[in-house]
Amino acid sequence: MKPATFEYHRVGTVGEAVERLGELGEDAKLLAGGQSLVPMMNFRLARPPALVDISRVAELRYLTREGDTLRIGALTSHLAIERMDAPELLDGFSFLKEAAHWVGHYPIRTRGTFGGSVAHADPAAEWCLLAVLLDAEIVARGPGGERTIAAADFLLGFLTNALDPDEVLVEVRFPRPASRAALHEYARRRGDFAIVAAAVAVDVEEDTCRSARIVIGGVDDVPVRIGEAEAALAGSRLEAEAIEEAAQAAARAVDPASDIHGSAEYRRHLTAVLVTRALGEARGSEDGARSKNGAG
Amino acid sequence: MNDVHLITITVNGRPSEVAVEARRTLADVLRHDLGYTGTHVGCEHGICGACTVILDGEPVRSCLIFGVQADDATVETVEGLAGDDGLDALQESFSEQHALQCGFCTPGFLMLATALLRANPEPTDDEIRDAVASNLCRCTGYQPILAAVRQAADRAASPDTAGSEGNGWGVWEPHVDVPREAEQPGGQ
Repeated sequence: MKPATFEYHRVGTVGEAVERLGELGEDAKLLAGGQSLVPMMNFRLARPPALVDISRVAELRYLTREGDTLRIGALTSHLAIERMDAPELLDGFSFLKEAAHWVGHYPIRTRGTFGGSVAHADPAAEWCLLAVLLDAEIVARGPGGERTIAAADFLLGFLTNALDPDEVLVEVRFPRPASRAALHEYARRRGDFAIVAAAVAVDVEEDTCRSARIVIGGVDDVPVRIGEAEAALAGSRLEAEAIEEAAQAAARAVDPASDIHGSAEYRRHLTAVLVTRALGEARGSEDGARSKNGAG
Repeated sequence: MNDVHLITITVNGRPSEVAVEARRTLADVLRHDLGYTGTHVGCEHGICGACTVILDGEPVRSCLIFGVQADDATVETVEGLAGDDGLDALQESFSEQHALQCGFCTPGFLMLATALLRANPEPTDDEIRDAVASNLCRCTGYQPILAAVRQAADRAASPDTAGSEGNGWGVWEPHVDVPREAEQPGGQ
């Protein structure tokens, strides 16, 4: 189908975008990469009366490291993350480059943006999972200036975020490196939306897991942390039995819905499988890395 | 009241000025306003990839971009591939490997693979498979498309030797049932 009519406004700076959003009212939408918004408009699931196109706002296209923190400009494309090659970016953040490979298809990754994906708040989106997993901070700019929102507070529900209508998501910050973090997911076709996705991060000292984080996407309105599965790993050596225990704990803890893409039971099964794969990769086993090239 | 914008767009090296309604997708601008009907429109929500074109050097779904966003941009479509001396190397490989049947998806696959081979001239089989998974084909079963991209990459890598020899997915050959005596119990 074709989208309904709308007014198009192109802006060159964040300041102009905020101003224009204020003038146009709360039904106006920002257009960044458009890879989620335009399909919804083509099917008239979304009919915004006006779009403010920020895709040429150069000040939002950057990837920088400041001490422990990685700062990702909102308009950084998925492809730019996938092509990250500077040692100072990869050190402790290579999980982002690995995960970028799961985001959409190649011609989607060229246009789709990091900030757009987080703002879209799809509960199975890779960047949303990783943001929740690693306590990312979302920076929003509005008429009153900037504020920072924790990822877990930013994702309010299915396709719902905490931005005010005249705020622009300008940056996502990952506060700390995570050298042992990994994301795995399953979709019927490589690059399609994940039916279930699992992101994990483990903190290992002297072969012992000090703490673990496990977040599952595709099983609720937002990515969910699974405390029971995390507890199963703390103090373990990430041996196969501990990983199995965590995987089963995660499968028991999630409460997915059934839909056309899979039954609740199937999603539970996928949860266990994907937690196992992700932990295998995070631990540093080749099994995890291999399975990534297989399914999905 | 429709929102109309005047844009400048360069398609296959030829600049044009065109007035477009804001809601007109790049795919429709190419097809209806500029006559580049080689770009096909399938699903209009970014799943099938039939409308893939190269925009400022990168492959994109032209159904997921508004024409007004392509103001001052450079676009390459399937019409730009063949030269005065015929099909380009990738198109030749598609032909030789029977990587098309009805042809509806072919322009999208050609532009996708063109972009892939420019960005990564020596892709692994897995990288080709990953890129080709972006688009849908309802005829070929994909193996001939993979074989065609592989062949084009291999020929570009060593133009003197690559050609008729096999590749990762095997060169397509017509299947001919030849009864073998050993498989005919009792013999005839």
